[in-house]
Amino acid sequence: MAIVCAQGLGKTYRVADKQPGLANTLRHFVSRRERTIEAVREVSFSIEPGEFVGFLGANGAGKTTTLKMLTGLIHPTSGTVEVAGCLPHRRQAAFLGQITLVMGQKQQLIWDLPPLDSLRVNAAVYGIPPAESRRRIEELAEMLELGDELRRPVRKLSLGQRMKAELLAALLHRPAVLFLDEPTLGLDVNAQARVRSFLADYNRRFGATVLLTSHYMADITALCPRVLLIHEGRLFYDGGLETLTQRLAPCREVRLELHEPMGAGAFVSYGEVEAIQGREVRLLIPRERLTEQVGRLLADHAVVDLSISDPPIEDIIGRLFHQGALA
Amino acid sequence: MGRYLTTLRVFWIASLTAELEYQANFLIELVATAGNLLGSIFVLSLFYGRGQSLGGWSWEGALVVLGVYTLLEGVTSTLLQPNLSTIVAHVRTGSLDFVLLKPIDSQFWLSARTFSPWGLPGIALGAALIGYAAWKAGASPAPLTLLAAALMLIASLLILYSLWFVLAASSIWFVKIWNATEVLRSVLVAGRFPVSAFPAGLRAFFTFVVPVAFLTTVPAEAILGRATGPWLLAGGTVAAGSLVVSRWFWRFALGFYTSASS
Repeated sequence: MAIVCAQGLGKTYRVADKQPGLANTLRHFVSRRERTIEAVREVSFSIEPGEFVGFLGANGAGKTTTLKMLTGLIHPTSGTVEVAGCLPHRRQAAFLGQITLVMGQKQQLIWDLPPLDSLRVNAAVYGIPPAESRRRIEELAEMLELGDELRRPVRKLSLGQRMKAELLAALLHRPAVLFLDEPTLGLDVNAQARVRSFLADYNRRFGATVLLTSHYMADITALCPRVLLIHEGRLFYDGGLETLTQRLAPCREVRLELHEPMGAGAFVSYGEVEAIQGREVRLLIPRERLTEQVGRLLADHAVVDLSISDPPIEDIIGRLFHQGALA
Repeated sequence: MGRYLTTLRVFWIASLTAELEYQANFLIELVATAGNLLGSIFVLSLFYGRGQSLGGWSWEGALVVLGVYTLLEGVTSTLLQPNLSTIVAHVRTGSLDFVLLKPIDSQFWLSARTFSPWGLPGIALGAALIGYAAWKAGASPAPLTLLAAALMLIASLLILYSLWFVLAASSIWFVKIWNATEVLRSVLVAGRFPVSAFPAGLRAFFTFVVPVAFLTTVPAEAILGRATGPWLLAGGTVAAGSLVVSRWFWRFALGFYTSASS
């Protein structure tokens, strides 16, 4: 039986419609004009217990709004949602004890105190006995590779250490469903990798269900066999990551720094030329021809530097919708 | 219930730990409160110096009112101000989300999360002034008087809390509500004097609109053993009513909470 189930979920906001400038501000002050924004429309999906699902979409696509409806922070305007057998917006203790929400941009730890003090507060609030809470803190701290950091004031921790402590605080009550909103935001590559391996470990060890949003494609590819893709409030794709990457990012981005500037014409035979600026060239090359083409590039031109990456998820999605490939 | 008490203990230990990093604050606060109190006593003495009285209250009676006011100020600095002022910040930054996701009453969390020891000198000085002035006024410490006094003090605290909480909760619609709570605090300064000292119009305002009368005058009457049944009943009713309204208002406001943009 599904642990998360959304049926025709929708959310509309009324926002002030105001033009910039003093005159317009005064006009707006006298007669307020509002317009309706449909942040989420007709979104339906269900998630089975223990699944690790990626939630993708550009900024403003409706990811966070959906997460907030799933956690009961905002009421849906239409449709129904059920999480762990409860209606989230009622925010009953039985429901709240089973879920957690981690937001990369917001923190719940007390700024001036060591994380351990915040953990004590959480243990009391969730009614976890002291001995049990100590055991859980030890276990999670070990998984997260946290030690002395738990005894240092939060304001003195690095961003990576703070995020790990945030995760510990969010998981102390051992929730069955984890909603993670950009948990690796702003972390360096090493810290991202550690958070990633922790999440995978946690999911395996406790059979927790995870819905993860991230801007880093690497998070999604490392963790999520299944992804949901949302665009302009609508669910566009629900299925395996493999299929999606092939459809979404059949190419990889190759950045070159040349010895001297060259025209775009010189690179057409290697792949799609994305941009040329002075000595810098950005090419899109199909995955299956990548090795061959990079070899040719290095042989044919005086290349000072070369890097290969997945195009940013924003770009891929943006281009795809622009081309109407999924529409 | 047990979980709430445990939580309260952990809340207050955590905030004490954070606050006690700054020991000098205690001394500064003690000096400031004592200075404030002396100033108020001096102003009061100007009224009584020439043999006049304030709204039919004796010098000692007026001191009891001032004592209750000082005590309230102390509780304000200890609990109301540090907790309720953060509601606005919670709404603005969106960290209210974390409060709402905890399996505990959100109004309880927002109202009791922090305990700041800096109001304790005010509470001690206020209690001392009440004791001294009531003794000078010849009030008898009969059990019934003490009971009525305790009830009216609790009622006064509940009324002040509810008023403040409702104002702070409206930040869900008007994020910059902080000025409004400052206005409330200035109106409450009127509570330093017995309500009968004010002209009839203001007296009505302080009784029925902003119930300043129930904050200091009614408890002082009870302490002096002069409280009549109807006033006690009115005090209790206003307190219970305000508390119920504050709870209802919070639920109503949460319905509108859409949380700050991510």
